[in-house]
Amino acid sequence: MPIAIGLEGSANKLGVGIIQHDNPASNPPSPHDSAFSGDEQQQKQSSPPVRILANLRHTFHAPPGAGFLPKDVAAHHRRWVVRLTKQAMKQAKLGIKDIDCICYTKGPGMGAPLASVAIAARMLSQLWNLPLIGVNHCVGHIEMGRAITGADNPVVLYVSGGNTQVIAYSAQRYRIFGEALDIAIGNCLDRFARVLRIPNDPAPGYNIEQLAKKGKHLLDLPYAVKGMDVSFSGILARVEEMGVKLDQGTEPWLDSESQEPITAADLCFTLQETVFAMLVEITERAMAHVGAKQVLIVGGVGCNIRLQEMMGIMASERGGSVYATDERFCIDNGIMIAQAGLMAWQMGFRTAMKDSTTTQRFRTDEVLINWRD
Amino acid sequence: MPSTIVTSEKPANLARRPVRTNSLILPPPAFRNSIPAPTLQYQGAEALVYRTFFLHPSLNIHCALKHRPSKPYRHPVLDAKLTRHRILAEARVLAKLRRAGISVPAVYALDWEAGWLCEEWIEGETVRAVLDRSLAGWLDAADNDEGERVNGSLERLMRRIGTLVGQVHENGVVHGDLTTSNVMLRASTQTSQDADKSAALNELDGEAVLIDFGLASQSVQDEDRAVDLYVLERAFGSTHPKTESLFGEVLKAYGQSYKGAKVALKKLEEVRMRGRKKIMIG
Repeated sequence: MPIAIGLEGSANKLGVGIIQHDNPASNPPSPHDSAFSGDEQQQKQSSPPVRILANLRHTFHAPPGAGFLPKDVAAHHRRWVVRLTKQAMKQAKLGIKDIDCICYTKGPGMGAPLASVAIAARMLSQLWNLPLIGVNHCVGHIEMGRAITGADNPVVLYVSGGNTQVIAYSAQRYRIFGEALDIAIGNCLDRFARVLRIPNDPAPGYNIEQLAKKGKHLLDLPYAVKGMDVSFSGILARVEEMGVKLDQGTEPWLDSESQEPITAADLCFTLQETVFAMLVEITERAMAHVGAKQVLIVGGVGCNIRLQEMMGIMASERGGSVYATDERFCIDNGIMIAQAGLMAWQMGFRTAMKDSTTTQRFRTDEVLINWRD
Repeated sequence: MPSTIVTSEKPANLARRPVRTNSLILPPPAFRNSIPAPTLQYQGAEALVYRTFFLHPSLNIHCALKHRPSKPYRHPVLDAKLTRHRILAEARVLAKLRRAGISVPAVYALDWEAGWLCEEWIEGETVRAVLDRSLAGWLDAADNDEGERVNGSLERLMRRIGTLVGQVHENGVVHGDLTTSNVMLRASTQTSQDADKSAALNELDGEAVLIDFGLASQSVQDEDRAVDLYVLERAFGSTHPKTESLFGEVLKAYGQSYKGAKVALKKLEEVRMRGRKKIMIG
């Protein structure tokens, strides 16, 4: 029953997680119908071989109207990583001897935060004399989502602040079928939030989601789907213009049909409806292409209930189902790194000290997924 | 590990096969009472393709009815806007190419509010199906007379495809989804009961017609043209392995088909090098 500790710090969240595999490789999680954040009960029912012993996260929040800078985030991670690791070990009631490997995020992500967490991982590895496992952040998300929801072989929509990808498994690789050609979906939402000075705590996307619930007027935004790829930069530019127009408020801005004033909520609503429709569309195309019925949504934007709902409608139209998790597993965390790292560790993968670097560029399809057939 | 660049096959490579067997799918309202009922041919992520009669069965004009059903997950305003935009874009491209005398289906009718487009039915088989059959023989018997003969007609077919794509590009259109499933070979009108022995020859000699302009756009940029060719090359390689030499004929004919073709081919080398995918950042 191997146990791994995972350290994640590719963006503004520092995560430390400890995971245990009960029956390594012998008992794959069985698929079940739906996983709208009721994963805890379902985990008990289907008893997947994964046990989460600790899952701690500390987030660096930039002030409203600003984004997080790599140097500030790196300082944040350095300040918290020891404290968080100690706390995780305490919560898991484990000693050094119980741990089998140290997993850390090799990339992709922001350079300075990645490097500061990798230093912590190397230190632990030498201090505790345990092997290091460098993990691809995207693969971490996918493996965690699969383990939590029990989705067997889904098409994966990975949506976060830095990534937008539609992924399907084939021949020991997670292949990217479609992706954002410029900025990521989360980046688009975050930057829009800055224009309206929507708070960054707990997350700009979360606050946009709450505001959007009050919106009702759909304004005209560009819609950029190219085959299975999407583009968000033009949409962001347009919606930012709208935000500035609303902010200045020099002249009244009324909806052309109802003559009601346009509000910040309407802008959030419009943005969400447009970009999520694009994401669901490319996911549907990928599903039709590979003949899959399951969709798994991972990444920070994947917590968005409206996105899950739209995806659910699409999946049920196709006779399939959507699998999603809540913020504990969607948003960057340490256990996902531990989970993917432990799977690699069981296949004999080790990262030597001299190779324990980090990289800002690390494509999902570069990783050999030899733990799946 | 080197960042090996992997390009997925394009969607509609497989989109021309039924993906769900939901008996509740109905053709657009205007066609629900047609007798005989429209028959569903293909079902992709976006559109359903039916075969039916244009206006009235007695006219005996077969047509392909492409229906883009509304997507319930989308906001109705956005849904209507997209459906209208896509149906009109497809029709405009087809009309433009048709005017230029390029073999694409003719547009008969459309209704963007109901989400359908009615176009000429192309009788015949896809190049993919024809190639699957004749390539088996070609790879086995490339050095005898029969092999030579098939080889000749295969090369002619490849050249026709290359020229066709070149003509489309010359007219400011990129197809967006070039695969061998999206090129039809029009069945020859002559009844050839006694021509069984030259059947293989005949079936390769039909007129090549480019179909499914659902992802097409109007562009004269070499980058877009090169990506178009690259997609075809990848689709060709994945559906018909060991046929690189044949694909060379496509490019050769393409290069001679219009003035800017050489530049697009040059660009293709660049696109090949980087793949369609970018290196991921962050």
